[in-house]
Amino acid sequence: MTDVLEVRNLYKRYGGLVATNGVNLSVRPGEMHAIIGPNGAGKTTLISQLQGMVRPDAGEIFIDGVNVTATPAHQRAGLGVARSFQIASLIPDFSVLDHAAFAVQAQLGHSFRFWRRADREEILLAPAREAVEAAGLGARMHSPARDLSHGERRQLELAIALAQRPKILLLDEPMAGMGKQDGQRMTQRLADLKGRYSMLLIEHDMAAVFSLADRLSVLVSGAIIKTGTADEIRNDPQVRAAYLGHG
Amino acid sequence: MADGASRPIRAALWPALVLIALLALAPALSIWLDDPFTVKIATRIVIFAIGAVALDLTLGYAGLVSLCQAAFFGVGGYVVGILAWHQANSEAVLAGWMGSSELALTLPLAFLVAGLFAAAVGAVSLRTGGPYFIMITLAFNQMLYYGAVALQKYGGDDGLQIINPLTLFGYDISNRYKFFYLALTMLLATVLLIDRLARSRFGVVLRAAAVNETRAIAVGVAPWPYRLVAFAITGALAGLAGALLAASQQFISPADMAWDRSGDFVVMTALGGVATVWGPIIGAAAFIFTELSLSSYMQHWQLPFGLIILAIVLLLRGGLAQLVDLARGAKKGGEAVHD
Repeated sequence: MTDVLEVRNLYKRYGGLVATNGVNLSVRPGEMHAIIGPNGAGKTTLISQLQGMVRPDAGEIFIDGVNVTATPAHQRAGLGVARSFQIASLIPDFSVLDHAAFAVQAQLGHSFRFWRRADREEILLAPAREAVEAAGLGARMHSPARDLSHGERRQLELAIALAQRPKILLLDEPMAGMGKQDGQRMTQRLADLKGRYSMLLIEHDMAAVFSLADRLSVLVSGAIIKTGTADEIRNDPQVRAAYLGHG
Repeated sequence: MADGASRPIRAALWPALVLIALLALAPALSIWLDDPFTVKIATRIVIFAIGAVALDLTLGYAGLVSLCQAAFFGVGGYVVGILAWHQANSEAVLAGWMGSSELALTLPLAFLVAGLFAAAVGAVSLRTGGPYFIMITLAFNQMLYYGAVALQKYGGDDGLQIINPLTLFGYDISNRYKFFYLALTMLLATVLLIDRLARSRFGVVLRAAAVNETRAIAVGVAPWPYRLVAFAITGALAGLAGALLAASQQFISPADMAWDRSGDFVVMTALGGVATVWGPIIGAAAFIFTELSLSSYMQHWQLPFGLIILAIVLLLRGGLAQLVDLARGAKKGGEAVHD
């Protein structure tokens, strides 16, 4: 079976800084693949290249076997790439449901529909409600994004990504800045989604990552120094030296 | 909780319908006061309200500040003026067609031609963003303005007088009351159209991309084509308003296309409250009233007018429409005490 996501020899350089240094990576269908690495290792830059907001200097990216290296971000979303942002990227006036419905709408082809009220279209609302429930935000369905707490905003990021019915979920630190309880709830939620979605997860919370991920890759200075199961990573001397030792 | 149950008043349609109903009383008031000037002012308010409500699709919902609205307004006016001129002078416009003073034909034409101009201007301008978009729409406004000045055949700098009586479906509508209701019907149609557009999937894209383009792209929507269509619709409706102005004063001139007039439209829309369909109607009325009353007191009426606008923008971030929100908010607060 083809990998849902495959990255070959990806390079990205900002002036003298090599942000991505020959990354090879794959996500198998239904797999949760986590990327860990110290601050400044280039994790968010990598996600941005996979989503299409940042163009790599060299290398190739495949989604479901299709080369998308030159495909713009909005078309990649159409091919099934969904990204949750590390810093919540929302629309303050839109309710939780509005956000999810917008993501559903975007997947249904063009939006040159001028007459019917979008907030009454069940074809948008039903899948949107489902995504919001799956992200655990059902109680806040009609709250505008501006009224949400930090943790709820992270949940909404997840709800939007789920509403896109993605082939691959790119989750950029979904637990970042959350309190202990919220973080544990989010971990549980991701565990529930495991197997139903192929996911690439960036996360700092080591306990969460080691309990969730099928495979992990360790990113240091833009390069992946090791990919393996949780146990393999935990016991790898190179990884311990480069990263875990400091944690 | 039902969907949309707690829709805020800002997004509601009914205040616009109330305003239009109030405007509909203007001819009665005019007769009662025995002052024909009243209905003339009301007609002017209605015409500029069409332009301001239309601009709100681009400015308020899509978040793009265009300084080209007056140019499209003028294009619409010139379509009506030029076609009437050709009929009066029995000179063919093209392929033996002698022009027309029939508004049932020339109003839709003004709408279409202005829309095409707007589509062309938008296709170029929307490649830029932010302050560059403002500057490039301003540049296009001036291009079209000087284009009108260069129309020597149609009066050039002096403007174009419409000498033959204009008709609607064959009926003479030089009666100012009849004409007022024609313009008011067009305002009603504009309000209904913009309200539907803003709530449709199309409107969702405009509103989302106005606030957070990154998010729109991330879920798979590139906003450019939607913005272009919005810009063209805004321009087409401006053309319709300009056509009505030309018809109401039997005259159109490059002065109606000057760039400061484009600024006036932005002020009207922002003054009343962007991203509502009724704010720009209030804005247009407030603008024209203030212009009229201040200019009768002093020559440099723009100075106090500017100060008034500053005060409103600084104190009421949502424009005059926010006064209603504030009043309701105070009431709500009072109720909460009893809960």
